[in-house]
Amino acid sequence: MIQPQQNPAAKTQLRLSVLAKQALPWAVPSLLLIVWQWASSAGILPSRFLPSPSAVMRSFVELSASGELWMHVRVSTLRALSGFVVGGGMGLLLGLLTASMHWAEILLDTTIQMVRNIPPLALIPLVILWFGIDESAKLFLVSLGVFFPVYINTFHGIRSVDRGLLEMGRTYGLSGWPLYREIILPGALPSILVGVRFSLGLMWVILIVAETMSARSGIGYMTMNAREFMQTDVMVVGILLYAILGKLADLLAKGLERYWLRWNPAYRIAR
Amino acid sequence: MPTAYSSRENATAEHRCSRGVSVAIKSVSIAFGGRTVLENFDIEISAGEFVAIVGRSGCGKSTLLRSVVGLETPQSGTIIVGNVGDGIAKNNGKPDVRVMFQDSRLLPWRRILPNVMLGLGPALIPQAQKVLAQVGLAERASDWPATLSGGQRQRVALARALVHDPNLLLLDEPLGSLDALTRIEMQQLIEDIWRSRGFTAMLVTHDVAEAIALADRVTLIEGGCVALDEVVNIPRPRTRGSARFAALEERILGRVLQRRPMVEE
Repeated sequence: MIQPQQNPAAKTQLRLSVLAKQALPWAVPSLLLIVWQWASSAGILPSRFLPSPSAVMRSFVELSASGELWMHVRVSTLRALSGFVVGGGMGLLLGLLTASMHWAEILLDTTIQMVRNIPPLALIPLVILWFGIDESAKLFLVSLGVFFPVYINTFHGIRSVDRGLLEMGRTYGLSGWPLYREIILPGALPSILVGVRFSLGLMWVILIVAETMSARSGIGYMTMNAREFMQTDVMVVGILLYAILGKLADLLAKGLERYWLRWNPAYRIAR
Repeated sequence: MPTAYSSRENATAEHRCSRGVSVAIKSVSIAFGGRTVLENFDIEISAGEFVAIVGRSGCGKSTLLRSVVGLETPQSGTIIVGNVGDGIAKNNGKPDVRVMFQDSRLLPWRRILPNVMLGLGPALIPQAQKVLAQVGLAERASDWPATLSGGQRQRVALARALVHDPNLLLLDEPLGSLDALTRIEMQQLIEDIWRSRGFTAMLVTHDVAEAIALADRVTLIEGGCVALDEVVNIPRPRTRGSARFAALEERILGRVLQRRPMVEE
């Protein structure tokens, strides 16, 4: 008798376990969706309280087909990114300055640390007074919010660059910009990217609040507008959009880390 | 009792051809926060000579090396690297001094070849590749430093120093963290390269055998001064097992440990 080969069976089992591993994280969300849909259809969950998943889906398809959804998404994304570029850019520059120049640290750091403790959202009444409810108000709030994580992590990153490498660089005649390019900036980059990742999350949070308080377009406006007409499905679409956009921003930050820090075994992609 | 020698002619005669520079350290004093590390320290090293500086931890041997390259500033005294007639016309007459540290200090975010090229233009890529081949790592040029072993990293650090074709190479316990076998391999590599290029070398180490294997002269620092200055008159290549080697090692080690020379035991 020929012994049946063990290999194919083991292979199938292995494939199954890989599949299970990939599917497992989605088990709980799927279950929740099923329960949610069931509760809505059974009439336990009234639609004015929370719409059924299928209603949310329908409303998503309708909104995207009409182009209204993409208009709002575009406006919000543009606001978020321009705020991120302005605030993050300033955080990076000021962080570089205060970490590199002793006089700049003495002059500015105390002020920055004080302002840091004011939640940007606490400024909303003042901001509305200053800028009204147009674009500059949102740009200001988002920029202010993302400034601090980038600033603090840039400062910390530069201060914690390996002294030994700096010393080595100096014995190789590096100073000024070459020293920054070769040693200081790459050495500070892991820390700077932590700040960027933090900022990208904060960017959406601040924008959501700013848009729900005062806006004529954007996802926050769409959600608040839907509330006036009791369109719970549109509200849920808006909320889910923020979740998706937040996740996309985080993926972007992770991608940057993987690319820029590929020299670091801790960030290298497995396999 | 060991005798202190002042003549170095015989030790370095064979390397005179080359690009080494002399080093004159005169009455140098260095203190950190009130604690004197070096006091009125004098040492003269002739061009092309290989000097090993030994001593206990904290005796100031690393500080001495670091002050030669300007990483420490002495409170008093002078350090002169290079003399008229040392053949350093290149580089505007300024001698090229490079350091190899105990840790390789490679930039982890640069691949091996760019690490070797640090501070140099792309015109020197062929030169860098040549030196990398000389230390036996030509095929690792595009790898990240994190993928190399400790010994390989030190070889890259050596290559990085050698691309500049230094007049003076300072070795600050460069093999201290390597395993015994890799150490011997690296010692051979350093000796070979020094013999073929003829730069002046100052090696700080606490391994007396390493000092004797490599150096023309072994200097012991103790209490901030030169306690022993011993010419190593063993022909190269030196074999560690030889009686002269062992006798010299025993003598220097005995002096480091403050033992009386052993007569019998």
